[in-house]
Amino acid sequence: MSENIKIIKDATCTFCGCVCDDMELHVDVEEKRIVKAKKACVLGKAWFLEHTIEDAPAAMIDGKEVSIEEAIEEAAQTLVKAKFPITYGLSDTTSEAQREAVAITDYIKGNIDTTTSVCHGPSGLAFQGIGESTSTLGEVKNRADLVIYWGGNPAESHPRHFGRYAVTPKGMFTPGGKKDRTIVLVDVRKTKSSPVADILIKPKLGKDFEVLWALRALVKGKKLADNIEEITGVPLETLEDLAERMKNCKFGVLFFGMGLTMTRGRHFNSGALLALATDLNEFTHFVAKPVRGHGNVTGADNVVSWQTGYPFGVNFSRGYPRFNPGEFTTVDTLANGHADAALIVASDPASNFPKKAIDHLKSIPVVALDTKRTETTKDAHVAFKTSTYGINTTGTVYRMDDVPITLRPAFESPFPDDESILTGIKKRVQELMIAKHQATGASGEAKVAAAFTPL
Amino acid sequence: MAASMRIINGRVYDPTNNIDGEVKEICIKDGKIVDSVTDDATVIDAQGMVIMPGAVDIHCHIAGTKVNASRKLQPEDHRHDVHPGTPFTRSGTGGTVPSTFATGYRYATLGYTTAMEAAATPIGARHTLEEFHDTPVIDKGFYVLLANNIFLQQLLRDNRTEEFDNALAWWINATKAYTVKLVNPGGDEPWKGKKNSNVADIDEKNDEGLSPRQIIEAFITSVDKQGFPKPPHIHCNNLGHSGNYTTTLETMKTAGDMRVHLAHIQFHSYGGELGKNPTSKAKEIIEYVNEHSNITCDVGQVMFGKATIMTADAPLAYVLKGHTKGKWINADTECESGCGIVPFNYQEHIFIHTLQWAIGLELFLMSKDPWRVLLSTDHPNGGSFMSYPKLIKLLMDKSFRREEMKRVNQSALDQCSLRDLEREYTLNEIAIITRAGPAKVLGLKNKGHLGVGADADITIYDEMEDKEMMFNAPRYVIKSGHTIISNHEFVTDFTGKLLHIEPEYDNKIEEVIKPFFESYYSIEFSNYAVNDDYLHDHEVIPSGKV
Repeated sequence: MSENIKIIKDATCTFCGCVCDDMELHVDVEEKRIVKAKKACVLGKAWFLEHTIEDAPAAMIDGKEVSIEEAIEEAAQTLVKAKFPITYGLSDTTSEAQREAVAITDYIKGNIDTTTSVCHGPSGLAFQGIGESTSTLGEVKNRADLVIYWGGNPAESHPRHFGRYAVTPKGMFTPGGKKDRTIVLVDVRKTKSSPVADILIKPKLGKDFEVLWALRALVKGKKLADNIEEITGVPLETLEDLAERMKNCKFGVLFFGMGLTMTRGRHFNSGALLALATDLNEFTHFVAKPVRGHGNVTGADNVVSWQTGYPFGVNFSRGYPRFNPGEFTTVDTLANGHADAALIVASDPASNFPKKAIDHLKSIPVVALDTKRTETTKDAHVAFKTSTYGINTTGTVYRMDDVPITLRPAFESPFPDDESILTGIKKRVQELMIAKHQATGASGEAKVAAAFTPL
Repeated sequence: MAASMRIINGRVYDPTNNIDGEVKEICIKDGKIVDSVTDDATVIDAQGMVIMPGAVDIHCHIAGTKVNASRKLQPEDHRHDVHPGTPFTRSGTGGTVPSTFATGYRYATLGYTTAMEAAATPIGARHTLEEFHDTPVIDKGFYVLLANNIFLQQLLRDNRTEEFDNALAWWINATKAYTVKLVNPGGDEPWKGKKNSNVADIDEKNDEGLSPRQIIEAFITSVDKQGFPKPPHIHCNNLGHSGNYTTTLETMKTAGDMRVHLAHIQFHSYGGELGKNPTSKAKEIIEYVNEHSNITCDVGQVMFGKATIMTADAPLAYVLKGHTKGKWINADTECESGCGIVPFNYQEHIFIHTLQWAIGLELFLMSKDPWRVLLSTDHPNGGSFMSYPKLIKLLMDKSFRREEMKRVNQSALDQCSLRDLEREYTLNEIAIITRAGPAKVLGLKNKGHLGVGADADITIYDEMEDKEMMFNAPRYVIKSGHTIISNHEFVTDFTGKLLHIEPEYDNKIEEVIKPFFESYYSIEFSNYAVNDDYLHDHEVIPSGKV
């Protein structure tokens, strides 16, 4: 360790959706690594301390080192040439980079989708049907006297969620911290999160929807079937007790995870939970919130929404955004064999998608940006090695509750950031598209002003 | 492109400079209006056309957390109203809450070159600024929500006036805002902390012994003292409730002779008993406005059809959810704000909707000073900004108004004076309520007019009998000297800039705010204030008493 230690206060950890912004990073400037990450959880520590600068090419075409300019040119040519280019990933990069990725996809009339489609996508669909009563995490800390976790294991997936936001912190109207709250955990199995709960509820596997619907009925004063325990695995008295607690708390919150959204029922499950939280507002103040995974997946939802109107699964092939999950989501565009080129940003579908999708991905030219070598970059036609957001580069990240936070980088990387590579590709793609447009003499398209549909 | 230009032969409406339809040459150089240009300047022949300054929207909801939640909520709102891209402009989707790019381009296609987002949470300021960067053509700014800020209320409760002034200025600087927004002052705490209740009376004291009136007075006084270019923007208590006009009158009286702007005043002009059908109190409200030159307002006209209710007034949105029985968003922001969103549809046959429509028109038609009663639909709450041309036709064309009145709920019309109002707005008055007036209220000395030194934000319309058609499609739109729309076609893209203020404050106030922050916020104090990276092109409008 060298003598030259720089301390970065209030740095932000982008490992998970908690986006804790109270890190104190001790940086060995000469060695270019973080030697201490105070306040980081076990996941955060691994994220910061294991980050090293590897000696590898910044840009490669078919596995051979090239200049960044050459790689940008080849990436742009590849994407412009394709008939059905897809963009995917985006949840582990800054919103500034996400904005450029949507712009590229718009110009090339491609298809854009984010990792939301394989995590809380069903919650996004449920949200479109029901809406959502929600709040920022500080409001939970200040006010919540009833905290329910459903289908998640934050002790392992979001280790500081309990301590920083929802269980133990002392807030304005919860001066006693955990003493002032009742914690309920609903999960089909016992996990490391279980000990935190005052009340543990264990439904039968795949019966979350039925439990949620039973609670909605009880909240509305309806009578349940006698065999409710047989159906759900939860005794009637337990359900009645929980319904009463929910109606009588001052400020209740339902946090939910992928144990709810990615199991049988999917968006019906998320929808039932959002509807329950909505119903409870007839009696008291009640909010719900998906516990999001990746550091900036919430930013990806936001950016894609403000630029296109839709959160994920968006296709521009007709020259304007269309939304159709199941068709324009990436597992589908790949598994159906539609995609003929891919731009993958900060994600590794080649290692975690279904086999059919991976097989197709391997058969088409891929432009990949990642901070490390992955299954996806390994076989990519054009691969960029980029710097890591929050460690090497600044930018904006949206916490799981939509609160935007600016990153404080610890040290510089020799590699460019995602935003600058994507900006380069965007500029070149736009030039190529304008040239293509002029060559075909398609002036009619420009008559956009006259084409507005009146409301 | 931005070099120099001469617009000849057009009829000019420039109320600030007392030009009412005279044929006059307009010269542009380097993005500004100038006296003359050299002979090699580009010439636009505006024969048969009307030249106005670019329009300024003083109250709309176009960017930030609640707007984006509304976009996400309503795929059905976008699907039938697509916005194709061109090789040099981005695509998007429309509906009542268009995507950012569609918002900018569509404002431009109506001749608008400036628009102010009327309610952003401080903690969400970065989000609003990021969306602004993706909202093309127009200049934009936002009003920051501070009336339900718990820390500021604690300072007021303890009579720490000087610290209140400093903290207010700190918050404006920390968020890059244009002025303060007050929404249902005092209403958040009962909503979040007392089982979804609300404050009912302007003099009702909360647990801290503070009433909405005291909060309102404190903000008006502080902003007046500090000389912000734009007075506080107030969404009064009891929005939408029958009988709320007394609250509105009391709010205006609280200002004394200090400047104040009342937002979407139509929604605050109702008589009748709480819980029963409203009656029109447009006359009472507009008479008070007419007689008090310190008061300005925008109307918040209701237009029939699809709308999206989005407001920091969460209890109100919940009341409306009770009517629509459809999807609903509530979103609480820690220590600062509430928010409610409800998709809505104003229908001609419904008594209340027609009465709201009629009250808005009454307010316009009984206004004696167009400089102080400005055009808005509280987009998208009363209707989309895309309906402004139709609203202009309603104001300018009484035969059209009469035709429209045949289609609406007649018993609502029986309750108000709309049938008796014969007034028709002139082009000059339209130029005031959409351009010169809002620019003046905002304190934007370089906007809303075409005098030498003004920003070269210019709209050129074909003069037409049908005013809706005319205002729907300007032939040319020039922004900061760049021709954006030429012969109805986009010819280039342009980003536009952020307008904000930087009032002075004593930075010792940070040490006062910090302990509160560390206890009750969920992000670090040092990560809260927005840094200059979020200012793309921007302009600081001077504040301070002259």
